[in-house]
Amino acid sequence: MVSPILPLMLEDVELLRGGRRILGPITLTVGGAGITVVMGPNGAGKTSLLRAMHGLERVSRGWVLWQGEAEDVRARQAFVFQTPVLMRRSVIDCIAYPLILDGRPRREARKAAEKQAEAVGLGVTLSAPASVLSGGERQKMALARALVRSPEVLFLDEPCANLDLHSTAEIERILIAARDDGTRIVMSTHNIGQARRLADDILFLFDGRLIEAGANAAFFAGPGTPEARAHINGDLLP
Amino acid sequence: MNDIVEGLWQAARLVVTLDSDLAEITLRSLQVTVTATAIASAIGLPLGAWIAVNRFRLRRAVIIMLNALMGLPPVVVGLIVYVILSRSGPLGVFGLLFTPTAMIVAQTIIITPIIASISHQAIRELWADYHDLLISLHATRRQRIATLLWDGRRALMTAALAGFGRAIGEVGAIMIVGGNIDHATRVLTTAIALETGKGDFGLALALGFVLIALAIAVNLALHMLSGTERGSRW
Repeated sequence: MVSPILPLMLEDVELLRGGRRILGPITLTVGGAGITVVMGPNGAGKTSLLRAMHGLERVSRGWVLWQGEAEDVRARQAFVFQTPVLMRRSVIDCIAYPLILDGRPRREARKAAEKQAEAVGLGVTLSAPASVLSGGERQKMALARALVRSPEVLFLDEPCANLDLHSTAEIERILIAARDDGTRIVMSTHNIGQARRLADDILFLFDGRLIEAGANAAFFAGPGTPEARAHINGDLLP
Repeated sequence: MNDIVEGLWQAARLVVTLDSDLAEITLRSLQVTVTATAIASAIGLPLGAWIAVNRFRLRRAVIIMLNALMGLPPVVVGLIVYVILSRSGPLGVFGLLFTPTAMIVAQTIIITPIIASISHQAIRELWADYHDLLISLHATRRQRIATLLWDGRRALMTAALAGFGRAIGEVGAIMIVGGNIDHATRVLTTAIALETGKGDFGLALALGFVLIALAIAVNLALHMLSGTERGSRW
């Protein structure tokens, strides 16, 4: 039995850029199962928080603490970027790439990638270059690539930005399936409806600070801060 | 104008009749240049990628130096290689002076910075696209470089072809270290220089046209083999 890498604990995490604080200080714990949705207006620090959790940003102060060895911890997470990174390869090779990095034989990796592509409903010719995919297909491909290693924790930075309703519904279906399979999901979104549908709990950021954290129902029933209330109501914030 | 027309005719005649001297120096040109390009690519491509993905203290200085070395004067390179390989030089014991090997060494020195510099530029752009993904996937440094070299292979082929183009037309350095010895180190460019010196402009031009045709043929062959400029390629 492999010991879990969760809970993830952030202790007084701060991110400074050019002497300016863009995030923090934030202290929180991500544990258990389900989907955590990070919300907040543009520039609130949602992407920076996800990147700091995943280790893509080195924090200026504080600690990001996972359970287990650093090498092992990173390999058991995945990150889906807002703009999917398209490798100059075929769709199938893009999805199989993480497994190739793990040293899996090419044939075996491609087989697993094919299965994953099918699981996310990627109905395209898998031998086609990734660059020919549509926006929704690119995001599905990125999700398939992230899920092919069966990560324990999956970070997604606004996975449905610029997608139509149909593609958004498909991505949400994939995320729910991943959650049901035991993947812990932490994602950011601007889409309040999506947060209502998917979130088990909400982190609300404003101006780099975590000003509200709680369960989905409680957050949407009665946000405790004027900023969160205004955000949910779609009011313009100064 | 007459010289050019005569040169074209003579080139056609040499090619059609499969002139043995022409075949010999053409093959030697190809052998020397392809070998030098292969060695320079083996050094320059990973070097360019390594510089692109690593941050180290003198990185900027190394890049500036590489760019500067792209304009290395071939005659100076030839002179330095000559001194090193000459009987009294540090590597004189190997007896390589006035051999095709010496010509390969000189050409390799000339084109390695070109290949490294162009590949560094191409890989740097790819690295900017791939950076977050490769870090996120926990790729090792070696895996990152291998991925960038593979996915950037078309741009890197251009780098290798630029090196090939420079080497195949090079005359100064290989004249010094090769000596333009008939049936030993004579190649197309040194033969052109010789015929021009003798005043046989027709033959010199004919060899020149063969040289141009050779360079184009190699480029075409590589592009066709790699499938660049085809629809839906990545």
